[in-house]
Amino acid sequence: MSEYAVGPLVTRALRLSLRNIEGLTTALALPVIMMLMFVYLFGGAITTGTHYVDYVVPGVLLVCISFGAGTTAISLAHDLDGGIIDRFRSMDVRGEALVNGHVVASVARNLLSAALVVAVAFAIGFRPHADVVDWLGAAGILALFVLALSWFAAAIGIIARSPEAAQGISFLISFFPYVSSAFVPIHTMPSALQGVANNQPATAVVDSMRALLTGGHVGADAWHAVAWSIGLIVVSIALSGILFRRRAR
Amino acid sequence: MSDNPAIEVDDLTKSYGAVRVLDGIELRVPAGTVFALLGPNGAGKTTTVRILATLVTPDGGSARVGGRDVVAERHAVRRRISLTGQYAALDEIQTGRENLEMMGRLRRLRPAAARARATELLERFDLADAGDRRVTGYSGGMRRRLDLAASLVASPEVIFLDEPTTGLDPRARQSMWEVVTGLTAAGVTVFLTTQYLDEAEQLADTIAVLDRGRIVAQGTARELKQRVGGARLDLQLSDPPSFEQLIDYLGARALDSDRSTLTIGIATDGSAADARALFDELDPRGTRIARFELRTASLDDAFLTLTRDHTDARESEIAHV
Repeated sequence: MSEYAVGPLVTRALRLSLRNIEGLTTALALPVIMMLMFVYLFGGAITTGTHYVDYVVPGVLLVCISFGAGTTAISLAHDLDGGIIDRFRSMDVRGEALVNGHVVASVARNLLSAALVVAVAFAIGFRPHADVVDWLGAAGILALFVLALSWFAAAIGIIARSPEAAQGISFLISFFPYVSSAFVPIHTMPSALQGVANNQPATAVVDSMRALLTGGHVGADAWHAVAWSIGLIVVSIALSGILFRRRAR
Repeated sequence: MSDNPAIEVDDLTKSYGAVRVLDGIELRVPAGTVFALLGPNGAGKTTTVRILATLVTPDGGSARVGGRDVVAERHAVRRRISLTGQYAALDEIQTGRENLEMMGRLRRLRPAAARARATELLERFDLADAGDRRVTGYSGGMRRRLDLAASLVASPEVIFLDEPTTGLDPRARQSMWEVVTGLTAAGVTVFLTTQYLDEAEQLADTIAVLDRGRIVAQGTARELKQRVGGARLDLQLSDPPSFEQLIDYLGARALDSDRSTLTIGIATDGSAADARALFDELDPRGTRIARFELRTASLDDAFLTLTRDHTDARESEIAHV
């Protein structure tokens, strides 16, 4: 393995993230916009039985990190599309090291976005009923899901033949949090969509975080969220390994 | 310098689908020399470089770089080479210095050593002033120089340059040539590809002409130029034994020969003195050579002649004396 390569490639990916205006806008402006939009534009029309800002924070977190994962897919696809991957390979830097660098940077960027979402939420009236253990639990579930989505994004970046294709796929995938309990209670959806919403990772993650932060009963949701995340990580890592080898031929 | 060639290629083949890109290539590149693979677009130059740089697996034949097999020992090869591809492999939104430091770190230099090496290379490639600017603002020539600098962070034994000056203006090209010439001073072997005859002539100790996956000519710039671009004396021998004797005597000096017409081509500068010296040398008694032709061609004609079927090759000028 080329562990020595991961450090410099993480530094690189972080530096590129900080200088990529689009990526940075997604990471920093989107959380603020989404938070304000849902609470002030849509929130008044949605009845959840609670203060809407308390309801919606996990949902906005999920939307933001799924957009952030898109940035990861695009930048990895960009690296694989350009001349730099050939240089890395001819330098005996393994593809895994490059992918790891992007994943680490992706997690860092998305956790920063998440922190920003929470900060804005507090500023506009988010008042969770959670102790330290609840907070740690929610943060842990979110962080694991961020890691899972980052790996998933890396796999997309490898599958896509170009940065444009990666962008297209990511864009479609970034809609999946909407068909969950992120913004509206699932029972308000048509029954076909309820089936989707009840059986997808976003709902498990959102429900367990919401329960932890607003003093509800967590139950099996937390385990579902963790299982989804670990499953996604395992599948994505295996898939990126296989696809990378096939592509780099 | 060792006697082992830096690059040895035997009967290398590669096809993509039904297209045979490389059709049995043989090459020897002595260590510490500059070798140019010259050919038109689509001749197979990039594929050859990508195989030698371990990025593509050949279908058949073998290739060794620095004494290591490019397939079986590709990791060992990678530690000895660097590749500068046709498209700059740099991060546009990192500065020149950051790019070089990153490459240094990826070549396992410690941070301080990577910093020092970056500074040294920026100086050497005349990029010291631009080092702290992002690559986005660099000119084409600056990018190529930085790209080459990036390939040198770890002092490779063999450097591959795929079309190092394609798309550069004449001044940038000139400065790139100076840089490449400077590389061999340290004993490095340089393998470059180019579409330009003058570039190969300017830089290379040995040139091979690649056309449609085959090496159609190989030699020093002078030999090649004489063979294709200078004058050439075609001697028609009086009988088969004379033909065989002269073939043996000339060895590699015979540029071309045709048993059916008893004709042998040999390089000359076209002057009467040189022609007279050649006749005296090859036919002192004046009995072997029946007829001769002196032919000349421009460089462009020459390149075209080499890279197309010899059957339809035409001399641009024929002089009967």
